[in-house]
Amino acid sequence: MKITKTQKGNSLYLALEGRLDTNTAPELEIAIKGSIDGIEELTIDMQSLDYLSSAGLRVLLGAQKTMNKQGSMRVTHVNDTIMEIFDVTGFADILTIDKE
Amino acid sequence: MQVEIKGKWREWEKMKELIIDATVENIEKVTEFVNQQLERLECSMKVQMQIDIAIDELFGNIAHYAYHPKTGTATVRVEVTENPLAVVITFIDNGTPYDPLATREPDISLSAEERQIGGLGIYMVKKSMDDISYEYREGKNILKIKKNI
Repeated sequence: MKITKTQKGNSLYLALEGRLDTNTAPELEIAIKGSIDGIEELTIDMQSLDYLSSAGLRVLLGAQKTMNKQGSMRVTHVNDTIMEIFDVTGFADILTIDKE
Repeated sequence: MQVEIKGKWREWEKMKELIIDATVENIEKVTEFVNQQLERLECSMKVQMQIDIAIDELFGNIAHYAYHPKTGTATVRVEVTENPLAVVITFIDNGTPYDPLATREPDISLSAEERQIGGLGIYMVKKSMDDISYEYREGKNILKIKKNI
């Protein structure tokens, strides 16, 4: 997985490319933990993400919990496969999701 | 009506097996192996992704827990069945007996603060596959998933 990180003031934008799974989820966790201090707006762009497994959901949940305390988080460009995963697991109710 | 197996499957064996060290690093190799078999079936991208996720969850579980703290091997078998056309993937290990289907289903209605991740992976697999079964036989964990193509 490739992670492109852009930070502007209190906003952090992470674009994910590839698969968010058992092997790559730790990379995202490190990228988020290393930059989340003082962030009030976190955007995770899934435009080029193929899919995610429960290991990825765990990292998203952790990020959402942190952002609930210090600001807001959005997940953008969610494809149909990923949206179905969010629906089935109830994550659609936890995350703020923009399909576009 | 008979459903014919598409593409080159008829020319190939209807069963393929990979025996590999059960490590997290090998999830990718297992995924590649299964995807190679799926390509012959011309299955949709969506089905392939659902199967890839299932591999991440199930082989990942074996890698993490079956032989912990040691390591061991696992067998991944891919078979194609007809009427209806389906792929059956069997994961076999000689590790600690563990029935993933016996785990409690996660409460997916809880808020972020109350959420637990345990059990979510197997829950996703149950929801996306057409059939899943587990048995412990002759010292082996045998977990089988079936997906209609």
